[in-house]
Amino acid sequence: MATGVAAWLPFARAAAIGWMPVANCPMPPAPREHSKKQDELIILNVSGRRFQTWRTTLDRYPDTLLGSTEKEFFYNEETKEYFFDRDPDAFRSVLNFYRTGKLHYPRYECISAYDEELAFFGIIPEIIGDCCYEEYKDRKRENAERLMDDQEENKDSRLPNMNFRETMWRAFENPHTSTMALVFYYVTGFFIAVSVITNVVETVPCGSTPNQKDVPCGERYTVAFFCMDTACVMIFTVEYLLRLFAAPSRYRFMRSVMSIIDVVAILPYYIGLVMTNNEDVSGAFVTLRVFRVFRIFKFSRHSQGLRILGYTLKSCASELGFLLFSLTMAIIIFATVMFYAEKGSSSSKFTSIPASFWYTIVTMTTLGYGDMVPKTIAGKIFGSICSLSGVLVIALPVPVIVSNFSRIYHQNQRADKRRAQKKARLARIRIAKKGSSNAYLQSKRNGLLNELLDLTVKEEEQHMNKTSSLLESQHHHLLHCLEKTTVTFIYFIVDDYGLQPMKTPKISFVDEQLYEQNCVEGAQFSRSPSLSSQDGFTGTCCTRRSRKRIPLPNASLSTTHTHTHTQGLQELSAIHIQCGDQPSLSTSRSSLNIKSSERSRINCRGQQITTAVISLPSPTNFPPDGDGHGLPNPLSTPPTINTTSSSNIVKVSAL
Amino acid sequence: MSHCRKRCKRQLIKVARYFYRFLTGTLTQDSIEDDFELSTVCHRPEGLEKLQEQTKFTKKELQVLYRGFKNECPSGVVNEDTFKIIYSQFFPQGDSSTYAHFLFEAFDTNKNGSVSFEDFVIGLSIILRGTINDRLNWAFNLYDLNKDGCITKEEMLDIMKSIYDMMGKYTYPCMQEDAPREHVENFFQKMDRNNDGVVTIDEFIESCQKDENIMQSMQLFDNVI
Repeated sequence: MATGVAAWLPFARAAAIGWMPVANCPMPPAPREHSKKQDELIILNVSGRRFQTWRTTLDRYPDTLLGSTEKEFFYNEETKEYFFDRDPDAFRSVLNFYRTGKLHYPRYECISAYDEELAFFGIIPEIIGDCCYEEYKDRKRENAERLMDDQEENKDSRLPNMNFRETMWRAFENPHTSTMALVFYYVTGFFIAVSVITNVVETVPCGSTPNQKDVPCGERYTVAFFCMDTACVMIFTVEYLLRLFAAPSRYRFMRSVMSIIDVVAILPYYIGLVMTNNEDVSGAFVTLRVFRVFRIFKFSRHSQGLRILGYTLKSCASELGFLLFSLTMAIIIFATVMFYAEKGSSSSKFTSIPASFWYTIVTMTTLGYGDMVPKTIAGKIFGSICSLSGVLVIALPVPVIVSNFSRIYHQNQRADKRRAQKKARLARIRIAKKGSSNAYLQSKRNGLLNELLDLTVKEEEQHMNKTSSLLESQHHHLLHCLEKTTVTFIYFIVDDYGLQPMKTPKISFVDEQLYEQNCVEGAQFSRSPSLSSQDGFTGTCCTRRSRKRIPLPNASLSTTHTHTHTQGLQELSAIHIQCGDQPSLSTSRSSLNIKSSERSRINCRGQQITTAVISLPSPTNFPPDGDGHGLPNPLSTPPTINTTSSSNIVKVSAL
Repeated sequence: MSHCRKRCKRQLIKVARYFYRFLTGTLTQDSIEDDFELSTVCHRPEGLEKLQEQTKFTKKELQVLYRGFKNECPSGVVNEDTFKIIYSQFFPQGDSSTYAHFLFEAFDTNKNGSVSFEDFVIGLSIILRGTINDRLNWAFNLYDLNKDGCITKEEMLDIMKSIYDMMGKYTYPCMQEDAPREHVENFFQKMDRNNDGVVTIDEFIESCQKDENIMQSMQLFDNVI
């Protein structure tokens, strides 16, 4: 049933009285209203602004949020009102829709914000009233175009898993992607210019031989020009063939405008090669040379402005057509009039109507060459009317074309500007994101330090506790849980090779730079590890890895991990070993919680790392605090483990 | 003849004025003199108390009714087209315009081509809050198209056709062509006591009171509002 006339339903039901006496069969029983609710005022509190309306107003549209029982989810018992945490300005239009039955789109509102509001309240935008619908659609289209432009930018930067053909095509289409492409781009541009200039200079009269009149340069230096022409055509042919080869859809490429221009540009040369000896068609051959000028259109690949012009002309095709049509009409009318007006005068140049066409065109475009002028008074009057109307007829479609050009040009400029801004924007966003992850690392370090000192010193916790909000701590806890979930085994390597070179893990969870940085700095600290510094490094090193929760690396890590496991190698690919005087660790986890001072006791012989196997589910993530890693060792291990760990982070984690 | 001449003169003056404006370049002015009809007629109902006396609705019910009425017809009166549009929204599958027209005639008690809120609410009051006799009277008034006190077969046929039109084409089983006519025959057989081809008000009320179905269906209107 159409909504909006729900208020008239009682009337419609009452009007059914006309059917009763004529009905042959008994009527079905009427539905009973369970609760005879009086119409009541509903208070809608939208971000503090209170709107009040009748309940029946909202019930008019039962398939929206406010009209259905969905609004009960937002009911606030204490204040007895419905609270919505949305924009009150946009809500005005929504509520007006219920009241008047017409949805309006306020012009000051952002189109996507408005769409979201409508989606939230369950109203389809198609019912926007006619008064505002066009504006809405225009804005939406503009927005969509803008987003599409952005998407196309993203398409450019595809993964480098393309075969040779695709790379070549990409190089052709976007010269800025690689240096080779850029070189190719400039070379072709140069040759196009050379070719065009050659064609032009060919016809200039060069110095004359004494007994002959001026000869054009083309005839004087035939060989040189021929060579130049051949070179250019060869380059163009090669370019065309390469493009044809690289095109993803050859048929579509061959139909495209640019390829047709290419073909037209090089074909005359080949036809000329074929037909040099035939005298009869040499006239046609000369005409073909005209087509060489089409090479200049090849510049449109190089110039964006030319392309914009082309788009404009294409998009204003109807206006241009109208211009042409109206001009033709006017020309015929005025030519006829002028012819008959000038028929009387002697020695008039207006010999026929087609002859008058020339006069009319010249006059209407206000050129006025003066080779044909009317001599009679009537002719002069009509001639002046002709020139006045010419201005009008031409001036009318021009603004449309100009505005189209301006729109397309600005769109292009906007796209370029956006592309330039995007890089800066992304960089800034990345910095902001790093800030938040740094916060996580910090808190983790502090949090784990807390765990460390948990069993021993209780009172030190307070000053370790960084004041972080509940949300932050919950978020960090979540990340922590993820870390713990993903750890299965931790291996330590007994390594006798000496200082193990920094092994770049196959999968690094760590930020690249930070990782290398740590590696380098870690090596320097191999002699004198201090808790704090190690803390810092490993802290960042290890915890960093939690930042990248990429499933892919996990998986591969796991494969390597299991691989090593099955092989019995106790080599953890992700172990970044750094040897040095490591504070010792005791076997139990709690030993990890020893205070720094105690650690120095433990003697770690330089390049020795013991392995320790930790089985599930004791997720010992490597405590990012410097030392060791808590390896609660259920299996046997010597009480004192010369685990290096300390700054090595066992990035173990791999599921 | 003089009428013609007067019209000619008026046209000439109009043309001359047009050319004058064309030559001097004055912008077109809104020709106010052409608009004689007022676009909006605003009608206010009489007071709430007065309506309460005239009808059997409570104050709150009248308020609710008026709010709905004013929302659809801000000018205060319904004209026949709006009436038809509103009514047709309830019967999308058929053509309810004829029946709506009959309804309009029945509601428009003072025959001025528009239904004001008072007419509307008085009519509703009779149907929804009136006695059975009142309702039957109202129904008879609806059927009696020319308001002459008796229903002829043609009138009944019109009504019946309009009701069947509301059903639309897509029914199951398919509607027969002469279904209305048959129905009218049945009706007259039932109602027309003295077989004089017309049904008067007394015959109508008497026959209805004897019919169980009709009596029962009249109860349906008791709790529409």
